[in-house]
Amino acid sequence: MIELPTLGWQSIVIFVVFAVSLLIATYCTYAERVIAAFLQDRVGPDRAGPYGLAQPLADAVKMFTKEEFFPGGANKALFVFGPCLAMITALMSSAVIPFGNNISFGNNAFFLQGIEVNIGMLWVFGVVSLGVYGVMIGGWASNNKFSLLGAIRAASQNISYELAMGLSLIAVLMISGTLSLREITLQQSAPGEWAMWNIVRQPLGFIIFLVCAFAETNRTPFDLPECETELVGGYHTEYSSMKLGLYLFSEYVNIFVVSAVMSVLYFGGFNFPFQYELRDWLASSQGWELASAQNLITALGTLGLFAKIFAFIFFFMWIRWTLPRFRYDQLMRLGWTILIPLAVINILITGGLITFGVIK
Amino acid sequence: MQPLTNRAKKLEKKPMTLAERAYLPAIFQGLSITMRHFFMKKATVRYPEEVRPFSPIFRGLHVLKRDEQGRERCTACGLCAVACPAEAITMVAGERKKGEEGLYREEKYAISYEVNMLRCIFCGLCEEACPKAAVYLQADKMAPPRFERDEFIYGKDRLVEPVDPAKRSERGIQLTPEQAEALRNKMAQQPA
Repeated sequence: MIELPTLGWQSIVIFVVFAVSLLIATYCTYAERVIAAFLQDRVGPDRAGPYGLAQPLADAVKMFTKEEFFPGGANKALFVFGPCLAMITALMSSAVIPFGNNISFGNNAFFLQGIEVNIGMLWVFGVVSLGVYGVMIGGWASNNKFSLLGAIRAASQNISYELAMGLSLIAVLMISGTLSLREITLQQSAPGEWAMWNIVRQPLGFIIFLVCAFAETNRTPFDLPECETELVGGYHTEYSSMKLGLYLFSEYVNIFVVSAVMSVLYFGGFNFPFQYELRDWLASSQGWELASAQNLITALGTLGLFAKIFAFIFFFMWIRWTLPRFRYDQLMRLGWTILIPLAVINILITGGLITFGVIK
Repeated sequence: MQPLTNRAKKLEKKPMTLAERAYLPAIFQGLSITMRHFFMKKATVRYPEEVRPFSPIFRGLHVLKRDEQGRERCTACGLCAVACPAEAITMVAGERKKGEEGLYREEKYAISYEVNMLRCIFCGLCEEACPKAAVYLQADKMAPPRFERDEFIYGKDRLVEPVDPAKRSERGIQLTPEQAEALRNKMAQQPA
């Protein structure tokens, strides 16, 4: 058995997480088109490969081979930097998400998580709020009115909704008492008591977080930064080739990350019902080693987490093809006069419930 | 004013109820509608593999008919070209030589007969104009998609029906009454 230092294992995990988020983002483009088609009584792309499964590859080839275009008067360095920043921030935020519990074989033991830090949630928030710079820089550097309008919209929308998002998150943190995503996940499981997921304790907070997640990822009904009926393409009007591809791709990576965060915060992350019972049963009456039983539980939990993430991604697409876009004043009114007060009320309720010992 | 029908719905402008203002019930209603469509039968016809059933009076690809003895009916009179509103038909007339009586029914025949399928609007006026019952639009064939424009100019090699009576198009006047009846029954059996 090879022995690698923990750092070696963690770098493998980081690489796998990176590859998996890219793969999922790739197939999100396919899923988006197929789900859109199914919701509209069509069948979607089915020409490239069986069931059209090679469609993302064809799209990638198309994106890479298209003409690279720089608009006149554009700031070239920033024009290239914008999509890069959008992509980097989107990929960075998945680093702290616990995709599974601990795995051990021989003397090796590691977490299925990029980096375990005690400021996990803060990291996600910091990186996600950096993401708006990618949009802003790209929109400004294009030297185009529509791009700039889209970028300004993106900036003001993200700032408005990040407030409500943070406030709804504070209620979760009041319960958990930690910012570490792994700790938050583990708190949502207790032997014999599996209905401990935060959604039970924070239903209102979850709805607020969900709405803000839609706004943060610029998805319908909050896709005003790129609304094609008003702004041609929004902040990526002037982009072509793979630079446009990076913008579109970073949106899907963001959806994946925000789905993972929601699963971890509110739906128990890698926990699944009766996991400890299953482990103990395997270890006691099936003659498994405790470590290998735990490995099996971890693998099943990772699968469970991905099932939750895919369910959220499906929900994102389902909403996109159901709801029309908000008007800009409606968007602002919803953010400032409804979601933020609701989030504050949610904090008050949570505080009261904690004080009187109803939830802990 | 007297309403024409009783279907007009009177709209009252009243303040929204709490459920309407909360917006979430409406969202769930919309989600349920789209989810119902998710599982519905799809309207798509995957064209090259699946073909929609044609109507029995569909006007598709042209055919140049032969008579009962396998001779070409067309005499290159040009009436179809005159009738054609899209000017899709061109032809060159020629005189039948000795020994060609088995090929062409009359002394004059079409050396070349071309239909440009990109111009053709499949109106069937050529069919109506033809005094020799030579040109018909088939009900069961279409001009297939191609990559090159010149491939859409159909010459006699692709328009004239085969000599073998069994392989001939079922459209046209060479049918006996029994054959016509059989064709009509076959068309009627096809799903609409």
